Amino acid sequence: MSTIKEFQLPTPPQPAPEAVDQNADFEVRSLDTMCVNESQLKHPWWYNLKYTAVGLFFGLAFVKAEIVSWYRIQEMFRLESFHMYGVIGTAVVIGALSVFLIKRLKIKSIYGEEILFHPKKFNKGQIIGGLIFGLGWAMTGACPGPLFAQIGTGAIVITVTLISAIAGTWVYGYFREKLPH
Amino acid sequence: MELLSHPWPWWAAGIIIGLTVPALLILGNKHFGISANLRHLCAACLPANIKFFQYDWKKEVWNFFFVGGILLGAIIATVWFQNPDPVQIHPDLAADLAAQGVTQIDGLVPADLFSWDSLFSLRGFILMVIGGFLIGFGTRYAGGCTSGHAIMGLSDLQVPSLIATISFMVGGFIMANLILPFILAL
Repeated sequence: MSTIKEFQLPTPPQPAPEAVDQNADFEVRSLDTMCVNESQLKHPWWYNLKYTAVGLFFGLAFVKAEIVSWYRIQEMFRLESFHMYGVIGTAVVIGALSVFLIKRLKIKSIYGEEILFHPKKFNKGQIIGGLIFGLGWAMTGACPGPLFAQIGTGAIVITVTLISAIAGTWVYGYFREKLPH
Repeated sequence: MELLSHPWPWWAAGIIIGLTVPALLILGNKHFGISANLRHLCAACLPANIKFFQYDWKKEVWNFFFVGGILLGAIIATVWFQNPDPVQIHPDLAADLAAQGVTQIDGLVPADLFSWDSLFSLRGFILMVIGGFLIGFGTRYAGGCTSGHAIMGLSDLQVPSLIATISFMVGGFIMANLILPFILAL
C-alpha cells in the first residue's frame, strides 16, 4: 500500500465533464458492462498487477469450489445440487452489501476517486443473448471466466472453446446492427 | 494446506467472489465483468473496421491482468492444492453420463467429452466449438455474462441484469435437460 502512495502522481484527479462527450463509444460501453469510469490518472503498467492479485484469489476459489466443474454446472441445471445456487447467492448478497456500503458511506477508490455506478438499460439482447449464452454455458460447463480457469487446471483443449468464444463475440460485432436489440 | 486442498464449501467461494466486486471498485473504480475481455481481444487483434470494435481497448487492459490472475490462481490450485479425493457427482448424473459412454469422472471436465480426441468427433466438436461460440456470441449480445450481470449487475440491483440472469438460467435448463441428452447420444 505504501508503495502505491509513494508513486502516486502529483496531479490530483481533475473533474472532466467533457470527457464523457469526447468518448464516442460511451453508450456502447455502458451497455456492455465495460468500465465507463474514465480515470484521469495515468499509472505505469505494473499498477495493473493488483488486478492480477484479485484474479488470483478469484481463480483459486473458482477451481477449489469446483465452480468451473462441468459436473457442478450440470447438477445446477438438473436441480441435483444446491452448490452453485449457494455460491452465486452468497456472492450476490456480499456484492450487494458492498455496493450498498460504498454508496452509503461514499467510499472512494484508493486513488481518492469517487466510485461511480451506471444504470443499465433494458434491451431485447439481454433476453435473446442471455438464452444463447445459457445454452453454451450448459454445453461447456463454463462461462467466460471459468474458461480461463479450466485452461489453468491443465485442460489445454479448452483453448479451442475460448478461441471459439472470441470468434462468437467477433461475429456478434459483425452482425450487431442487423440484430434486434 | 490439508483443509485448502479439499473442495471448498459454497459459502467460502461465494464470499470470495462477492468480495471481488468491492475489491475491483476500491482498487481502481473497475466494474467486475469478464466477458468484456473477449471483446477487447477482438478490438485488439481483429477490429476489421467493425464499429463495435473501434474503441480504445488499451483503457481496458486491467481486465486482461485480472483474467491473467484467474489463470494463475487455477494453476496454483491445481499444482499445490490438488483435491486428493475422487470427484463427487450426483448418482443420477453419473448414471446418465455412463449410459452415453462417459465413465471417466475425474478433474473438472469429463475427459471423454473434452479432450483433443473428442474434439475431432461430432459430439466433442459441438460441445467445445459450438458451445464456445454460443458463449461468446450470447454474452456479448446480452451485454455481459455471469460476472457482469449475475454478480455485478445484481449487486447493483439492476433490473436488466436480473432479466439477463433469468435468461441465462432458462437457456441452461433447456440445454442441460432437453438438448444435451441428444448431443451426448451422438
